[in-house]
Formats: sequence, C-alpha cells, structure tokens
Amino acid sequence: MPDDWRFGGFGLYVHWPFCAAKCPYCDFNSHVSAKIEMEDWRAAYKREIARYASETGPRVLNSVYFGGGTPSLMAPEIVETVIETAAKHWTFANDIEITLEANPTSVEAGKFADFRHAGVSRVSLGVQALNDADLRRLGRLHDVATAMTALETARNAFDRVSFDLIYARQDQSLSDWRQELTTALGFSPEHLSLYQLTIESGTAFGDRFRRGKLPGLPDEDLAADMFILTQDICDAAGLPAYEVSNHAVPGQESRHNLIYWHGGDYVGIGPGAHGRLTLDGQRHATTTELSPGKWLSQVSRTGTGELEREALRPRDHAGEYLMMSLRTTEGLDMKRYRDIAGKPINMFDINDLENLGLLQSSGDRLQATRDGRAVLNAIITRLLPDD
Amino acid sequence: MTDLAHIRNFSIVAHIDHGKSTLADRLIQETDTVSARDMKAQMLDAMDIERERGITIKANTVRLNYTSDNGEAYVLNLIDTPGHVDFAYEVSRSMRAVEGSLLVVDSTQGVEAQTLANVYQAIDADHEIVPVLNKIDLPASDCDRVAEQIEDVIGIDASGAIRVSAKTGVGIHEVLEAIVHHLPAPKGTRDAPLKAMLVDSWYDAYLGVIVLVRIMDGVLKKNDRVRMMQNGSVHQVDRIGVFRPGMMPVDELGPGEIGFITASIKQVRDTRVGDTITHEKKGTDRALPGFKPSVPVVFCGLFPVDSAEFEDLRDAIEKLALNDASFSYEMETSAALGFGFRCGFLGLLHLEVVRDRLEREYSIELITTAPSVVYHIFMKDGTMRELHNPADMPDLTYVDHIEEPRIKATILVPDEFLGDVLKLCQDRRGIQLDLTYAGSRAMVVYDLPLNEVVFDFYDRLKSVTKGYASFDYQLTGYRADNLVKMQILVNEEPVDALSTMVHRDRAEMRGRAMVEKLKDLIPRHMFKIPIQAAIGGKVIARETLSALRKDVTAKCYGGDATRKKKLLEKQKAGKKKMRQFGKVDIPQEAFISALKMDS
Ligand SMILES: Nc1nc2c(ncn2[C@@H]2O[C@H](COP(=O)(O)OP(=O)(O)O)[C@@H](O)[C@H]2O)c(=O)[nH]1
Ligand SMILES: C[S@@+](CC[C@H](N)C(=O)[O-])C[C@H]1O[C@@H](n2cnc3c(N)ncnc32)[C@H](O)[C@@H]1O
Ligand code: SF4
Ligand SMILES: [Mg+2]
Repeated sequence: MPDDWRFGGFGLYVHWPFCAAKCPYCDFNSHVSAKIEMEDWRAAYKREIARYASETGPRVLNSVYFGGGTPSLMAPEIVETVIETAAKHWTFANDIEITLEANPTSVEAGKFADFRHAGVSRVSLGVQALNDADLRRLGRLHDVATAMTALETARNAFDRVSFDLIYARQDQSLSDWRQELTTALGFSPEHLSLYQLTIESGTAFGDRFRRGKLPGLPDEDLAADMFILTQDICDAAGLPAYEVSNHAVPGQESRHNLIYWHGGDYVGIGPGAHGRLTLDGQRHATTTELSPGKWLSQVSRTGTGELEREALRPRDHAGEYLMMSLRTTEGLDMKRYRDIAGKPINMFDINDLENLGLLQSSGDRLQATRDGRAVLNAIITRLLPDD
Repeated sequence: MTDLAHIRNFSIVAHIDHGKSTLADRLIQETDTVSARDMKAQMLDAMDIERERGITIKANTVRLNYTSDNGEAYVLNLIDTPGHVDFAYEVSRSMRAVEGSLLVVDSTQGVEAQTLANVYQAIDADHEIVPVLNKIDLPASDCDRVAEQIEDVIGIDASGAIRVSAKTGVGIHEVLEAIVHHLPAPKGTRDAPLKAMLVDSWYDAYLGVIVLVRIMDGVLKKNDRVRMMQNGSVHQVDRIGVFRPGMMPVDELGPGEIGFITASIKQVRDTRVGDTITHEKKGTDRALPGFKPSVPVVFCGLFPVDSAEFEDLRDAIEKLALNDASFSYEMETSAALGFGFRCGFLGLLHLEVVRDRLEREYSIELITTAPSVVYHIFMKDGTMRELHNPADMPDLTYVDHIEEPRIKATILVPDEFLGDVLKLCQDRRGIQLDLTYAGSRAMVVYDLPLNEVVFDFYDRLKSVTKGYASFDYQLTGYRADNLVKMQILVNEEPVDALSTMVHRDRAEMRGRAMVEKLKDLIPRHMFKIPIQAAIGGKVIARETLSALRKDVTAKCYGGDATRKKKLLEKQKAGKKKMRQFGKVDIPQEAFISALKMDS
C-alpha cells in the first residue's frame, strides 16, 4: 500500500491563472491582469519544480498538464522552460503526454506552432458551444468560425486534440443538443470533454441564479435526458465515455486525467494548484497560495509557493479513491480500496445499490452503471466511509 | 409611599403596530424616567424575540413621576400588556390591577379587531378609557373619521380623544394631563390588613422568581412574612421595589401602588397569578376573586433533530417552563421521531415564541410536528378522553363521537376583500354569525373550528386581504362533528408525526394537498417513493415521488478533489440529521410545511 500511487502514475500540473476575460460561469482560479511579468513566472515555476523534485527523487513522469486560466496566453518560452526543467529532474515516460488548455481565438492559434516546438503534444480546446448566440451568453471571446479555424490549426500542430463543450445551457432543448453534439462528432475528434453547465456560487451566473435571474436552465429530468442522450450518441460514434464527462476513441483517453481518477501522484505548482504526493509511504495533499501576486512573491521570497501540506488519513485517502475511481467506467478495485482503507466498503450498501441498478460488480471490480453515473453524488455520499 | 389621590394606574390597549410601545417610550421620556443616554426604542419589550417581532409577550410595568400643570406631583404606573390574541388572558388579568386605559388607535388605520378585543377587556374591568389618536404626523391621518368610528363601533365618547404623534412627541403632554385628570385614583385603606394582588411573576436567573404585585389594602415592607392565600405557603420578602423600568428598591408599597417583591421563591409555578398575598400574621381572610389559570389550547410535538440532544431539550424545556406557567409539556415517543415532548401552548404565536427560544437560547435544533387542538373523545362506555395528539386516537370501534373546540372569530376587513374573507371562512367550515359595517370596513363574525384556524388561517387571511384584515378570536366551547384521523404513509410506512384529525368531508381534499406538498418537500431518492393519505386502511390520495435521475459533479479533476469530497461528506452528515422513515429521509421542515394549505 505505501506505493499505492503507482497504480495511477505520476504527473505534473502547472496552473496559469490568467485569462483575457472572465467567463460568467467560471469558478476556476483565473484572473484578468493588465501586466504579467513573464520572466518572474518562468523563474518561479522552475524553482517550484526543483523543490518538489528534491522531495520525490527520481521518478518516471507520465504527464505534464498546463491548466488554467488560459495557458495558451503563456509565453511559449515559459512552457518550454517548464518542460525542460521537468525533464531535467524526472525521467519522461516514452509515451509522456504534455497537454495545454487553449482558448480557440486567433491570437492563441497563432502560437500553436511555438507551443508544439516547446514540447506540447496535446491540446484541449475550450470551444464550449457551436452556436454564436450561446457563445456570447457564455461570455466567450470567440465565435464558431474562429473556433473551427483554431481546431484546424491545432490538428496540424499537435499529435492529439480534444475539445470541450458545455451543455444544458440556458434555453437549450434536447434536440438542440442532439444536433450540436452530432455536428461536433462530425469533426471526428478522438477525444471530447462534455460538461453539463454547473452553476457555481461566487460566479456571475451563480449570483444571477440566486436572484432568479437565470431562466431557461433544464430541470432535473431534462438534464438527465441530456446526459443519457450524450452517452448514446457518443457510444454510437465510437467515443464511449471513459469518465462521467469525458469521451474518447479507445486508447485516446487523457493520460493526465487518468492519473487523478486512478489515484496517482501529481505535483501541483502555480497559484491555487493542488497536489498529491506519496513520500516515505505517506500520501499528502498539498495546496498553494491562491492569489497570483502573492504566490509569485512568496516563491521568490521563501522558495516555496506551498501553503499547506496535509498527511491524508487512510479514510480520506480511501474516500478520495472511491470518489475519483467510480467516475470512470473502469470503476474501483475493491481489493485496492480495502488495502487503503483497512476495511471493505459496506456490503449492504453495495447490494442495495446493485438492486437499484446503479452499481454492478464482478470479482473485485465495482462499477457505476450508466444510470448510476448520472446520480454518482448520491452513490458516493452513501458509500463514503463514516467518520 | 404616595397617597392615593396622587396615584394613577393605567394600561395601554391597541391593535398591533398602532403605536403602543412607541407611546410608552414617549411617556417614559417625557417624564425623565430614563436618562437620554439609556433610552432605547421599545423600552418595555425586554426579550429579544419581543423586540425583534415588535410584540409584547409578558406584561411589563413602569413607574413614572409626573408633576402636573397644577403643580402637584403624581406617580403614574403603566402596565404594558401583550397585544396578541394568544395572550388575551394575560391582558385580562393585568387589567384587574389598574383603573384606566389609554385606547390607542392609529388615525391612519382606524379600529381593528384587536382594538375591539382589547378595549372590551378594559370595559369588562370597569376601566375609565381615554381614547388617543396616534400617528397624526402622517398625511393619511384622519382623526375625525376615526373618532366617529370609535363612537360607532365601540360605543364610547371620543369627542375628547387626544391627537398625538408618538413619533414626534406632539400631544404627549396632553396625554399625561388626561391620565391625571380623567382617570380615577385607586382606592384602598392603609390601615386595613394587607391584601395584594399577584399580577404576574417570572423567573430571573439572579434573583429567582420576581412577583409583580398591586397593593389593594395595607402596606407591604421588606422582611415582612407573607402568605400566598391559595396554597398557604409562607415566604419572607427579601426585596421590594418598583420598575423605572429597571428595578429600584423602595422601603414599602402602600395601597394603590404597583411594584415587585422577591421572596426566595424557586419556581414560577409556585406562584399563582391572581392569587392574594397577605401577611402571615394579622392577615386578611378575604381573598380577591382570583383568576382561573390559562389553559393550553394548541399542542404539538417538539423533537430534537439530533436524537442525542433529548436530555438537553428536557433541561431547556424545564427551564423555560419555570418562567411560563401557561406552557405545558409531557414526554412523547414517536415511532418516527423518537423521544420528544408533547407541548401545550396558548396559541400559535406562543408556540412559535417557545420554539424560537428553545432553538435560539438553548441552541437545540427542533422538529416541530403538526399543531393540534384538544379533541374530546366520547367513548361508548360513557367516559370522555382528551386527545392532545392524533397519534393517540383510540380504536374507532370504542368511540361514540368526537367533539372539537370552536371559536368566535371577529374579522375587520375593507369591503373590497369581503368576498375573499367569507370564502376563506366557509372553506374552513365556518358558520357566519354576524356581518356589519364600520365605515368602509366590514366586521365579520364567524363561528369556526379552532382546528381550522390554528394552523395557517391567519397567514391565509393576511394574504387574501393583502394584509388589510385584522383578526381576533375567543374560545366558545366544544361541538360534535364528523372527525376522522388521517394517516400519511411514506414508502408504504405510516409516519405517525404526520397524522392529523380532519373533517370527513374535507379529508380527500386535505389528503391530496398533503401528499402533493410532501412530494415537493421530500428530496428525490435513488428509488421511487409512494406517498399516500389514508383513513382507516383506505387510501384516499396518492402521489409518487420519482427516483433521483441526475446528481453528479460534471467536472472533477485533481485540483478540487478535496473540496468536492468535503461537500459530499457534508451532505452525508446532513442526511444523518434528517429523520429516516424506513429508507426515506424526510427533512425537518416537512412536518409543518406539509400542512400548510394554499387555499
Ligand atoms: N409616523 C408615525 N409612526 C409611528 C407613530 N407611532 C408609532 N409609529 C410607528 O408604528 C410602528 C408600530 O409602533 P409600535 O409602537 O411598535 O406599535 P405596537 O405594536 O402597538 O407596540 C413603528 O414602526 C413605529 O415607529 C407615530 O406617531 N407616527
Ligand atoms: C479550466 S476550464 C478552462 C479552459 C479554458 N480557459 C477555456 O475556458 O476554454 C476547463 C473547462 O471546464 C469547463 N467548465 C468551466 N466552468 C464550467 C462550468 N461552470 N460548468 C461546466 N463546465 C465548466 C469548460 O468546458 C472549460 O473548457
Ligand atoms: S472558462 Fe476558461 S477562459 Fe473563461 S474565465 Fe474560466 S478559465 Fe478563463
Ligand atoms: Mg409593541
């Protein structure tokens, strides 16, 4: 069990906290800033990687992920430095995946070649909608045509390209979504992230929703129908779900996401980044300073951006494994769960949920069924270990 | 000690919000009873809840020193009485302790139902009444019309009504002069044996029970040994004083005076409001007529949300009961809710006040079950049982008939809403007794089952009349009717805490309304849940709550795993707090909300 993380692999997450504009639905740690000292950021990331590498020692690195925010706004030199530094300290796996989240505007598309050159092999494009009116409502800076051009450019530049869509939007009907998704699949992507719009508190949409000023959102039944439809259409197109919101041609799954869902280790650097690190057989959760300015000055002043490092108790670790692994179609390994938690999941609960058609098990493998994945929060709430 | 001719004792009667507390504040201020620095709004409303809701729950009292324009110094004792119908009985008691009343009517509104109810109590107590028209600073003020209304509806002379603004202070001086010149001085004999009326009592954490007294005859001093005439208990007076409105010690209280004593009394229950206090030796043998104790009319179950808090709830209820003799409680066990208490209250406001205090002052989260009135169950063997809880309804084969309490309700309403009010009363099984007009307002009198009023009648009335109606009631007696117990089954299991008594003819309608409400109140579960209403074994209404279909976090990546997990853990903890009925979690608010009717 001490090296349980090996089941999931090892990754590096780099958070870039800046965007050209803040989207009204977004609660990620993203900020709009007039002036960004690229050199300082480059130095800080470099220093953080070195610090973590001195703790982990040599390891095989399976993935690097630039997330945000809008990492496609980074200077390609920073991306290059990060990749080079990581390569210096850790050993790259032969099939290492290096992903960068990109917004599909022309500005960013113009930098794709440089990112490729810096070592990025995969991009995830935030297309979000295939309808200009809806893109405006989502506060996006691109239109469909620009996104299509960016997609083309990306395909020429990178080995693998995925894009994101947000559905269950205001006034979107089931047939609207069927059409949009069919169009999206018509571009023959090998990977798609399809997220139901979530109204997060503390966002502009969250405020409007609270005041009853965000009409046209689907009710639970329509949301469920949209989710089921998504599964059906993607299955038929050869991109089955491998996780609640992620679909891929078999073999094209995102390596990085799988590290999270498989319970691997990951170093998280940049403002607000989280990490999971197993050191001397103990798994830790790390968090960093949230504010970009403070993070930067803290790294340069004290040599670490970390705020807190918590040693996870077996029940926290097990709870996390349960929560993350049941999101995947592959599911959870009950033996591994027992090893982490020191006790099995309550068999009575499992049987009950199996009888309701929400879980299925064979041998040590426990999976949420398709219906089960739609109500996964309720299932996890039921199965989470007690205090 | 003040001589009788220089004492005036009075109360203020008014409909809620007509300015009683504000006027009391002005009188306190005008007589320099409280320094400007210590003055706060609604001086006499002591409890948080009173201040927050702007209502007076317990009677409060204050002594004012006033030198009249004729140069003579007077002592004015004001007893501020509760305005709400739930506490009508307390009002009637306090009124026996004073000789006159200020009748405050908002001159922008006119006479309201509580104006009537309260002024009739003052008339019953033989008070001299001084009408006061308040809020003359407002443009909508119409004193002539309101004075005429007072004469028409109440039948007292309003030609000398004093026009005031309790807000700006205009007319306050005239009010003080009228108290001195129009209200009678109290009567009494200093040399006679002590006869003191126990007006009210309450518990103070530092001083024990504080007793508010009105001296009728004789003199009461510190260290006197006194006897409570009802139970013969003897106590030694250890403090004696008056309220200004804080406690101020005095040497003695003589005839006509109002003040307080403490005498090492442990529980409010040991003092009987209306009792006569006399000296242990050389006391009087003639007690005052006394009052009958107030009886609870509304009952409900109070259960701790967290069943581990039962003992805390018991402690809290016992402490509260020390200070509120009108509130009753006994242990109750519910199959659904576990251990709790069946509590009796004077009315719904009283219920809410007690529940609020338990939750607020003692930090206990409570499940409140449907309020119920007291039914009289006449058994075939000729005996009668009081039913406080529908869950205890005996087997029907032994029941001959059931009687329920009825009330006489008086509603004043602008005539444009009259139709809505009549419909509401009819829908609640009312029988019209009277319909008259007071200006452009109708006065409707109905005979109604208390059961139909206890719950949400007042809310409905407010909403159908946009808040323009006023309402008051008094209990009239018991009458037989076709009443049945309706059960609610959730997922095929009866939930005893949701049982109610209903009229047979209205059972289908009520049942349907309840199951529809419950369908909205109970969150979807991972399976579908039938919700039924039944009488005897017969289902009269049914709804099905569909299974949960969608509840999943769309995006969950490494970054926020901690946050997402905490959220789910919180949900799990929240679920544990909901009560499980079989496999179903029912949120606490469902027990009350399910009964609210929309029409
Ligand atoms: N304009 C105006 N408002 C008043 C006057 N007297 C009382 N009020 C307001 O009327 C409301 C009810 O007054 P309150 O004294 O609490 O009424 P109570 O319920 O009878 O004790 C409060 O908002 C007062 O500020 C007055 O003479 N003029
Ligand atoms: C970290 S975000 C940022 C990526 C990039 N900045 C962009 O906006 O295209 C990654 C993805 O999360 C999804 N997302 C963000 N907020 C969401 C929300 N409130 N509901 C559903 N999906 C959301 C969007 O599809 C977005 O592309
Ligand atoms: S959705 Fe993407 S672009 Fe919009 S604010 Fe969030 S991170 Fe920035
Ligand atoms: Mg008041």
